[in-house]
Amino acid sequence: MTNSIFAERKDQVHRKGDEPFQMSCDKDSLAGAVSQRACVFCGSRVVLYPITDALHLVHGPIGCAAYTWDIRGALSSGPELHRHSYSTDLQESDVIFGGEDKLYRALTQLIDRINPEAAFVYSTCIVGIIGDDLSGVCKKVEREKGIPVIPVESEGFKGNKRAGYNAACRAMFQLVGTGAVDDVSPLSVNILGDFNLAGEIWIIREYLERMGLQVVANITGDGRVGDIRRAHGASLNLVQCSGSTIDLAKMIQDEYQRPFLRVSFFGVEDMADSLYKVADFFKDMDPQILERTKALVRDELSELYPKLKKYRKALEGKKAAIYVGGAFKAFSLVKAFRLLGMTVELVGSQTGTEEDYRELHEITDPGTIIVDDSNPLELSSFLEEKDVDIFVGGVKERPIAYKLGVGFCDHNHERKEALEGFVGMLNFAKEVYSTVMSPVWRFTPRKQALSSNRSKMDVRNEKKAIKN
Amino acid sequence: MLLRHTSKEITERSALTINPAKTCQPIGAMYAALGIHGCLPHSHGSQGCCAYHRSALTRHYKEPVMAATSSFTEGASVFGGQANLVQAIDNIFTIYEPEVIAVHTTCLSETIGDDIPQITRKAEADGKIPKGKYVIHVNTPSYVGTHVTGFANMTKAMVDYFSESTGQKIDQINIVPGYVEPSDMEEVKRLAEMMGVRVVMFPDTSKVLNRPQTGKYEMFPAGGVTVEALKTTGDSLATIGLGTLASGPAARALDTKCGVPCEILDLPIGFKATDRFVDTLRKTLGITVPESLNEERGQLLDIVTDMHQYFYGKKVALAGDPDHLIALTEFLVSIDMWPIHIVTGASGKKFESRIRQIMKDSPYPINIKAPGDLFLLHQWIKNEPVDLLMGNTYMKYIARDEDIPLVRMGFPILDRIGHSYFPTVGYRGGMRLLEKILDAMLDRQDRDSPEESFELVM
Repeated sequence: MTNSIFAERKDQVHRKGDEPFQMSCDKDSLAGAVSQRACVFCGSRVVLYPITDALHLVHGPIGCAAYTWDIRGALSSGPELHRHSYSTDLQESDVIFGGEDKLYRALTQLIDRINPEAAFVYSTCIVGIIGDDLSGVCKKVEREKGIPVIPVESEGFKGNKRAGYNAACRAMFQLVGTGAVDDVSPLSVNILGDFNLAGEIWIIREYLERMGLQVVANITGDGRVGDIRRAHGASLNLVQCSGSTIDLAKMIQDEYQRPFLRVSFFGVEDMADSLYKVADFFKDMDPQILERTKALVRDELSELYPKLKKYRKALEGKKAAIYVGGAFKAFSLVKAFRLLGMTVELVGSQTGTEEDYRELHEITDPGTIIVDDSNPLELSSFLEEKDVDIFVGGVKERPIAYKLGVGFCDHNHERKEALEGFVGMLNFAKEVYSTVMSPVWRFTPRKQALSSNRSKMDVRNEKKAIKN
Repeated sequence: MLLRHTSKEITERSALTINPAKTCQPIGAMYAALGIHGCLPHSHGSQGCCAYHRSALTRHYKEPVMAATSSFTEGASVFGGQANLVQAIDNIFTIYEPEVIAVHTTCLSETIGDDIPQITRKAEADGKIPKGKYVIHVNTPSYVGTHVTGFANMTKAMVDYFSESTGQKIDQINIVPGYVEPSDMEEVKRLAEMMGVRVVMFPDTSKVLNRPQTGKYEMFPAGGVTVEALKTTGDSLATIGLGTLASGPAARALDTKCGVPCEILDLPIGFKATDRFVDTLRKTLGITVPESLNEERGQLLDIVTDMHQYFYGKKVALAGDPDHLIALTEFLVSIDMWPIHIVTGASGKKFESRIRQIMKDSPYPINIKAPGDLFLLHQWIKNEPVDLLMGNTYMKYIARDEDIPLVRMGFPILDRIGHSYFPTVGYRGGMRLLEKILDAMLDRQDRDSPEESFELVM
């Protein structure tokens, strides 16, 4: 069991330095693997659910709605409709006789009751099998109720999470272009692929506004239907989080000739770099924007760096492992750890593309393990082999780290501190410090063996460093 | 107001569940399967189901939760999942080396009509199942019943696949613990051991989902009922099933299959239900209750006497699984608190009549809905407020909106830690429950008291 890599998975794991980079990915998980991946529905649901004034109705058995009920912590500054869980709760008789009638009744009752700006109706595995005409019902209700009623083709078995992102983008694209854009300034952007976990999109919006830009639509954190309807009016789309919304950006580009930029708001380097790229885009329209952006970055950094110093001092030389949903986030994390003086020993994702992994290969140090669609056994053996101090992952990875006596940071749905923006780097440093340096690990069996080799002086020095 | 779309006026809903008080069968089957030692649960369906169940169980138990999936693709959904399952069985035994693979179906594989025993036989014929290893299965269509149904079905599958009767009785009792926390299973075993009873408990998730920090990641931890022990259940003197819905089917199946007589009791929450459990053990085995156990009971009673003045006439709203709600209602009534709004996600006329019978002396009118949802519960509360809420984490929205204290109990609990280590069953579990209830109520009183009536001694 220690030799835990499936023969078929050999080409989904790469150790930098061994041999020329080659990796296969974007393949279906092996049947029988304890994969950390999810399904199409999951992908669609997490992307769309932060649209706070839309009705989100899950057409399927209760589980699909129950497991996705407010799990992401996407915050709203206004409506809270997305905090409810609405489901047609399909029963055996519906599976036999079809669920269209039930869906129709559920939709019409709900729309009358809560008066939403739009409705998203999610398809699930079972709906794909019994063949309910989801779009037919949606069209009918749309005609009757006069609001957009949009089917989301998210049958779980039709691929992995990425396919769900695509279905979500296609659904949102039906809204884009239906709103008035007369009040949209040429100096305007949309933010795509940010879900406002811990209020992050508010931080980013504030930066962009300080640069003199209008933010038209949040897609989708703290999102509003009305904003998405006029999203085509924005001059530029900023796409963060590689997988989830890039398809929407491409659709808008093709249909409305509005270009997009891939950006990352994680880590100092990428954050600053992203803002400069945006400024560069608008520099002909607004010659002052570059200056304003420089000033913004300068202000933020002069506040951040002195505060970061003490964390860096304590964390210098510590080792990290990263396993996240999308690979794009991993790039920023590698750089963020570097800024803290830490090394990255393992980096992987559930849904990265070959291009993503090639880039990871370029920015990591020799010896780093790069992995696609991993499983707990594999991950834990790598964590032990590399003797890391912190593991960055999602909900299913956390207890694995803790069992090994390794610190953990949730950089996924369950993060509770804003990790985006310059202030996010400070929060990240704090979070990394709080778990890596926690006294609890000294009591764990694995670390106890190690710490007996380490003088008590070191510990005292670290404490002192942090006080200064 | 988080749930500001919750209206006070209640209108009939015929096609819609809002804010469910249940989830689907497969997760219960997965939880039960984790209570077999060396078992890897296997979800025969899309990847998402398995990921969701593992995430939900991980959020609740704060432990690694292992399970494999057939990873259905579009092709499998059209042509059937046989190839996927056979390959999965092969991969799992080669790589993860479990003792048992416990397959449960999903709505997808149920509807396309995969025949799991036939596929398993094929895997066996192809030599994919090593000698001495097992593949068991259960049908858990997500559109029938709830997570408790899935738990009950998987537990019954343990009997169907493993229980044997050799004709030679063994001096032991089977206990089916119900869909409870690992800590509760541990406590039930402790109570039986105090009485000197040898117990085979199945499933048994203690030391699987509440294990210690060892510095090691073990795919198959020390806990769980072993296959050897499961096989002997057919020779046990009797079976006690705790909770009709979760444990009834397995307990009755053992009676039918191996002639082991069964007694189906309520979950031992509170002193009356715990008394019945202890008394059943006593009568079944003709043993006496040890003084140490009487002392625990006395302590529970003592706590109630100390606290009873605070409980008098308090109104409670409950949501949860039927087995829990029945026992909990009885406990609350016995301490003079009255659950006036009760919903469960499962359907059940028997449940409703049982609750009404327990509540027959209630000074207040009561609302019960099975199946109901938390949206309805919230509406009831808007119409008739209560002093306390008890239920899972999803109740916290109502607690906040209506400013009512909440005691977390049931599944899932996503925002507090400790429930998998401390029981709510047995006399000691009762004491813990009382402490939680009174703390919640007095903390609220402290918070709300005006300065002039804020008291040090309460």
